[in-house]
This record gives sequence, structure tokens and C-alpha cells, in this order.
Amino acid sequence: MALVDETQLEDGRYRLSEATAGDFIQLLKPRVMSLVVFTGFVGLIAAPGVVNPFVAVTAILCIAVGAGASGALNMWYDADIDAVMTRTKTRPIPSGRVQPGEALVFGLVLSALSVMTLGVFVNWLAGALLAFTIFFYAVVYTMWLKRWTPQNIVIGGAAGAIPPVIGWAAATGAVSLESLVLFAIVFLWTPPHFWALALFKSGDYERAGIPMMPNVAGEASTRRQIFAYTLVVAAVGVLPWPLGYASPGYGLIAALLGLGFVWYAWKVLAMPDGDRDMKPAKALFGYSLLYLFAIFAAYLADSVLARIASAGGA
Amino acid sequence: MTAVELKTVKPTEAQKKAQRSRSIAIAVALGLFVILVYVISIVRLGPAALSGGGM
Repeated sequence: MALVDETQLEDGRYRLSEATAGDFIQLLKPRVMSLVVFTGFVGLIAAPGVVNPFVAVTAILCIAVGAGASGALNMWYDADIDAVMTRTKTRPIPSGRVQPGEALVFGLVLSALSVMTLGVFVNWLAGALLAFTIFFYAVVYTMWLKRWTPQNIVIGGAAGAIPPVIGWAAATGAVSLESLVLFAIVFLWTPPHFWALALFKSGDYERAGIPMMPNVAGEASTRRQIFAYTLVVAAVGVLPWPLGYASPGYGLIAALLGLGFVWYAWKVLAMPDGDRDMKPAKALFGYSLLYLFAIFAAYLADSVLARIASAGGA
Repeated sequence: MTAVELKTVKPTEAQKKAQRSRSIAIAVALGLFVILVYVISIVRLGPAALSGGGM
């Protein structure tokens, strides 16, 4: 006699997950993560002193996983609005491949793991900064600012700007003015970058009820604000040179990159009111990504060259 | 002794494939994490971490 008689459950409530590993990787927002990892890496390498390569790899890995965890928590909370936006409706939760609870647990476990690993094996200042970044992005930005104010990405931009400071803290155990200048570059870069996207995706944000600047203040005001922020970020991008943190070579590259940024922002400012193609806004969005990558690459190259030069002269 | 009747869910092929994919990813991630903790422990604590000489 069989002890257990198996019968089939057809109830939809007991549906097994069809989420693949790729779906969970998508929850980590790999493209956002790559920018965070790069800026964190630049902060770590530009910091004075020599970091053990294994400690450096651990720090970068923790920053990457922590950033990914905050992305998963963001997708968990924003599943309702992601479902109505063309840009996000194919994400794992709105498409039904991943259940909200799975994403929440995934995000929480990775948050705890990345912060604890960074704290225990690198230092607790870096660990605390990573914890603050995750909290700021998932709670302050996602749960509060995003649906409440058109200044959402201005204030929320702080979360994306902290990684170079975490990298610096991981290398030195401290936060310096130099790392805060790197923070300022990313922080001031965020509004023109996201508002360019918000201009040509304003219909999406309107449907989702998100108070992005073009939907609240109008396109003309957003274009003026983009231009103003771009002027400031172009100037702050050059700042490491007069402050003595980088060479005139870096200053020249940063100035040229900044001029390019201002030129693209000017084209957006001059965009006619009825322009539905929004090609200048799309071009600005693309250039802003190139700008951030290039200016941090220039800063990294400048730091490495300065270190090689000082080692050669010693 | 009475027979216990268990109700089960029979996974589809897609569900089995997804589960396999998740299992492999978890195994790889756990393996890498164990290696990371091992290596970084040696780096941070030095050879004493293996011999107990630091105690």
C-alpha cells in the first residue's frame, strides 16, 4: 500500500515560478549598475594610497550588488507604474515573469549581503555609505519623492552620485573634498540627463501619474532648467583642475566635454514648442551618458598618470 | 496507519527549465561568494587565518 497518494493541484494560486536567472539579473538594472560601478571604481583608484587588489575587487563587487539590490527594490515598489509605461512594461514584474514578493526578498537579501560584506571586509564607513545609498534610492526616492514632487530626480540624484564617495571611502576609510567634487559632478549631471528623457517620454510619465518636470512645469520651463543645470555641471566638471586635484590636461578635456554638453543643451533650449520628434532632447540624453563616462575616464587616466609620474620621480 | 494524501503541482517544461536556470545561478553565486570570503579573509588576516597563529 502506498503511504502517499499524489494528486494534482490545478489551483492557479499554487503556480510555480517561470522566472529565469536572466529575469533576476534584469531586476538588478545592469545598465545603471555599469555606470555606478565605473564611477565607484574611479573614486577607489583616484583615492590616495595603495589598495590591495582583492579588497578593491570586493569593494567594487559590493557597490555593484548594492546598486543592483536598490534597483530590484525600485522595480518591486514601482511595478504598478512600470506596467503602464512603454519604456518599462516589459520589466520582469509587470510582464509577470517575476512575482513582486520574489523581487522584494531578492532586493532585501542582496542589500544586507552587500552592506555586511563591504563593512566586514573593507571598512564600515564604506558599508554605511552603501546602506545609506540603498535606503535613499529605495525609500526616499522611489517610495516618497518620485510620485510627489517634480524635484524627484534632483534630490534623488544623490543616490546615484554617492558611489565615487563609497569607492574613495573604501580605499581611504574617509571622505574628502575631492570625492565630494566627484559626487557633485554626478549630482548636477542627473537633472539634464533625466529631464531630457522626460521630455521625449512625457506621455509615458503622464499616463503613470509621475510628476516629472515637463508634466508639471511645462516643456519650456524644463528646457530652461536643463540649460541652467548643464552650465553648472560643465563648470563643476572642470573644478578638479583649479582645486589642484587634476592636471591642466584633465581641465582641458573636461572643458571640451562641458562645451559639448552646453551645445546639446542649447539645441534643446532652442527646440520649438510643438516639436514632437524631440531629436535634440534624444541627442542630449545620448550625449549626457557619453559625457559622464568620458569625464570620469579622463579623471581616472589623469590620476593613474599622476601616480606613475610621481613613482618615476621618487 | 492511514495513507496521507498530498496534493502536488506538476511543473511544466518551461517551469522546470526556469527552475534549473535559477538553481545553477544560485550555485554559481554561492560558490563565488564562498571563494570571495575565503580569499579576502586570507588577505585581511594574513596566513594566521589558516594556522590560528594570530590567537
